[in-house]
Amino acid sequence: MVKRLFKELAARRLMFLVTILPGALVFLMLFGLYSRSRSILALHSFSDLLFGSSWFPLKGEFGLYPFLMGTVWVTLAAMAIAVPVSLLSAIYLSEYAPRRIRETIKPIVDLLSGIPSVVFGVWGVLMIVPFVAKIAPAFGAYSTGYSVLAGAIVLAIMVFPTIIHVSLEVFASVPQSLRDASLSLGATKWETVKHVVLRKGLAGIIASVALGFSRAFGETMAVLMVVGNTPIIPKSVFDSAYPLPALLANNYGEMMSIPLYDGALMLAAFVLLLIVLVFNIGARVVLIRAEQKAE
Amino acid sequence: MNAKTHISIKNLTVTFGRQKVLKDVSVDLPDHRVTAIIGPSGCGKTTLLKTLNRLLDKVDGVKVEGQVLVDGENIYDPKIEVTRIRKKMGLLSQKPQVLPMSIFDNIAYGPRIHGVREKAKLRQIVERQLAAAGLWDEVKTRLHEPASRLSVGQQQRLCLARGLAVEPEIILGDEPPSALDPQSSRTVEQRLIDLKTDYTVIVVTHILRQARRIADYIVFMYLGELVEHGPAAEVFAEPKDPRMKAYLTGEIS
Repeated sequence: MVKRLFKELAARRLMFLVTILPGALVFLMLFGLYSRSRSILALHSFSDLLFGSSWFPLKGEFGLYPFLMGTVWVTLAAMAIAVPVSLLSAIYLSEYAPRRIRETIKPIVDLLSGIPSVVFGVWGVLMIVPFVAKIAPAFGAYSTGYSVLAGAIVLAIMVFPTIIHVSLEVFASVPQSLRDASLSLGATKWETVKHVVLRKGLAGIIASVALGFSRAFGETMAVLMVVGNTPIIPKSVFDSAYPLPALLANNYGEMMSIPLYDGALMLAAFVLLLIVLVFNIGARVVLIRAEQKAE
Repeated sequence: MNAKTHISIKNLTVTFGRQKVLKDVSVDLPDHRVTAIIGPSGCGKTTLLKTLNRLLDKVDGVKVEGQVLVDGENIYDPKIEVTRIRKKMGLLSQKPQVLPMSIFDNIAYGPRIHGVREKAKLRQIVERQLAAAGLWDEVKTRLHEPASRLSVGQQQRLCLARGLAVEPEIILGDEPPSALDPQSSRTVEQRLIDLKTDYTVIVVTHILRQARRIADYIVFMYLGELVEHGPAAEVFAEPKDPRMKAYLTGEIS
């Protein structure tokens, strides 16, 4: 009898522990990264490091701004491609496509999300980079192909399945009778989608886009293979860029003999994590607001 | 009861996959009357209603054969514009389906998609329809709040007002008053009776007493077949088919 009660208590404690662990880890990481970057924060101010645009580790200059902008450029360009394309295909699959087409395409789209990112990277180097180099002159620019645009295209393809998958679930949750209500007023399918389905599913769509954004923001491997990795602030999508995750992946463990390098990278990681957290919290707030509005 | 025919259904068969849900239904529905489609659940009455505004034929796996003539025009003619057919028919669903927008926009939605742009004109339509639905005084101070904040009874009335705002000829009701309390149900029933002066009303109901209260014409369905139809007084007083008799006495329900 006592043994049974002990098991009950132990199980409960254990489950509690493993439940809070992931949440606690985020704070541990933030704290760990922050404390490891104190060495550089002791010499330079946080805003100088964040908004300084010269990156010359040998001269002791660690401006993270080019990397920050590299991340922002690549992510925004990727989302600019991914959001319209994936929403339109999700709308097509959910509202227009015959069941046979939907049931064929859905698993193929989901399959995309299982492909290791390095494969996307290699494919990007082989196909997208030369493609970008080829089309750049048409826009009056010169490009080696290793560019923001190449990164954005590869990222967009990696983000498609996330946005399509979640949006499809969102559209499926909109009751058919609500569509019927709009159709029976003489609305076309497109009017119904635009004014009723998208509106009703707005919160979920925001969530799907936020999920895609998070994935794009932190994605490392595929991007670093195609963006060129030069620490300059990009001025157009044909310029190369150097996003924060690529900086960390390329240099951590390599250049540790340079003083303060370690601290600068830790700070970069800290900033990356912070941005992702703030973005996720922001997305959640927007989501809650949109949910209240839709109801 | 010598009303002229408004909707003429000819040899209508509806198949879901392999199952025949409607079997060779032919009936003429009278103009400016309340027609009640009755029958036990699963008999095909809602399917029959939905084929009238072509909400079913584009659904996967659904096949519709036969003709439905509205004002003499076959609505299943491939050349016909479906939105025009649907605009002719206001649909009142079982549970009120308010659109995810404000009270005002719920009413203005239909007129807007059919090309009414002027603000003043839209306001006028909204006010007139809400007043006719007996909702104006309750909502006039909060027209721009989400319609989902209204009570279910108010939502039901809003949906009727929304349907009427596109000036249909026919009102289709899919057990409309069933989600309401008795008081609001009676109000909606009275509304349906009043509506027949201007519209042809077709209502699906599984409540026999309701059919007796509101219907001028009865269509009795059983297992996908049209068993009996005729003026309500005749059908209720002297049912001809044994299945209709059994249904009226409550042996099948």
